[in-house]
Amino acid sequence: MKVDDVVEGIFSGNRRALARAITYVENEYPESKEIMRKIFSKTGKAHVVGLTGFPGVGKSTLVSKLTEEFRNRGKKVGIIAIDPGSPFTGGALLGDRLRLDGMDSRKPLWTDPGIFFRSMSSRGRAGGLAAKTGDVVRLLDAFGFDVILVETVGAGQSEVDIIEVADTSVVVMMPETGDEIQVNKAGILEIGDIYVVNKADLGGAEKVERWLKYMLSLDEESVQMLSQMTHADEARVASGEFFERRKGWSPPVIKTVADRGEGIKELADAIEKHFDYMKETGLIEKRRKERIKRELFEIVMNDVMKLVKERTNYREIIDMTLKNEIDPYTAAEKIIEEVLKNGKKGQ
Amino acid sequence: MEKKIRVLVAKVGLDGHDRGAKVLARFLRDSGFEVIYTGLHRTPQEVAMAAVDEDVDVVGISLHSGAHLALVPKVINYIREYGGNPDEMLILVGGVIPTDDMEKLKEMGVDEVFIPGTPISEIVEFIKTELPRKRMRNESR
Repeated sequence: MKVDDVVEGIFSGNRRALARAITYVENEYPESKEIMRKIFSKTGKAHVVGLTGFPGVGKSTLVSKLTEEFRNRGKKVGIIAIDPGSPFTGGALLGDRLRLDGMDSRKPLWTDPGIFFRSMSSRGRAGGLAAKTGDVVRLLDAFGFDVILVETVGAGQSEVDIIEVADTSVVVMMPETGDEIQVNKAGILEIGDIYVVNKADLGGAEKVERWLKYMLSLDEESVQMLSQMTHADEARVASGEFFERRKGWSPPVIKTVADRGEGIKELADAIEKHFDYMKETGLIEKRRKERIKRELFEIVMNDVMKLVKERTNYREIIDMTLKNEIDPYTAAEKIIEEVLKNGKKGQ
Repeated sequence: MEKKIRVLVAKVGLDGHDRGAKVLARFLRDSGFEVIYTGLHRTPQEVAMAAVDEDVDVVGISLHSGAHLALVPKVINYIREYGGNPDEMLILVGGVIPTDDMEKLKEMGVDEVFIPGTPISEIVEFIKTELPRKRMRNESR
């Protein structure tokens, strides 16, 4: 398909065009930049909701039930489900879609035109997302979905990339996944705007709920303490930025039994409430600005690296470093000098 | 970046024999494909819409129910109805298919039929050689 047909198709609700655009973007086809340029002005309306958590806690089932709930509320739902791709063979078994099943068999989710589901492979990338997740979110946004659910790879303890694409991050836990030290470790449990204890019909759900609430109360105390400190400015600035992410929002802890649909309404309510809160307080702009900054820096980095490879004698400089003629810092300065000198040539 | 071949492995209709489909999905993964497995008891509409949305290169339909002559053409027709192009994809059928029906399926637009006992390497080879060929044929038309 040609770029203009794809873009026109996305604006006029053609699923095939959307599906093809995602393929172009995911595989970094030359057309993809042009497509992203042309759809960008139509983005920024959707509520992007990320779901993350350990493998097997029920993320896909929650996505299915939330999709059904948001459909009942009249919203169109786009879904991106990411599963791990093998770093060895490049292959992947993408098995999130098969959990997509409604409670109401008269309204099958698979053929609902108000739903678009796309499976993506992480292609060996760490962090819980596929490399082009952000751009795929924008394509769904431009197509007109009200809510976009992004399900991460079953994450370990530090896969926190989801905050780079989601307005609302939902961290999913289940009983018997550790003690209160686990919930106080840094990483995935710092990023939640909403916490879910799924499989709450299993024993031990109250314990996890209690620990999460305790952890969140310690967060509040940390904010208090840091605001009173007069020295250790750097620590305060760094943590301040982290707590600023929430800005007065106390993350709720919600118990669900996803496969029976229990707690799903409450979760959907909390997700909507968080979106409203972010809009009222201006937090959403702040987060999106941070995100654009990160994204721009990444694009600039990639483009600069391309210039390094195309316009400098980096191979020679590497050899000089190898022979101990110059040190790596001087080598890097030389490369940057050459980029600045040669970067504009022949463009 | 090299484009990964995406394969939809689908169970259509009422039979619950999914061992073959699951083993196939696993081996295709190890052969470097991105495999989307649908789970059991899908309708032709569901499989077709998944094939379009996921923009797959190959649709593999597994049936052991005997309803292949009724269900497979429906999948192909719905792919077209939802805006997809079956001529750009490989449509493969696997399962207990009587020899007489194989030709009928091919006339309906199926590229190849694989019966139980087929080495999976043969399916992988078929996809790798026939997918580019079929696309070339389709473009030159």
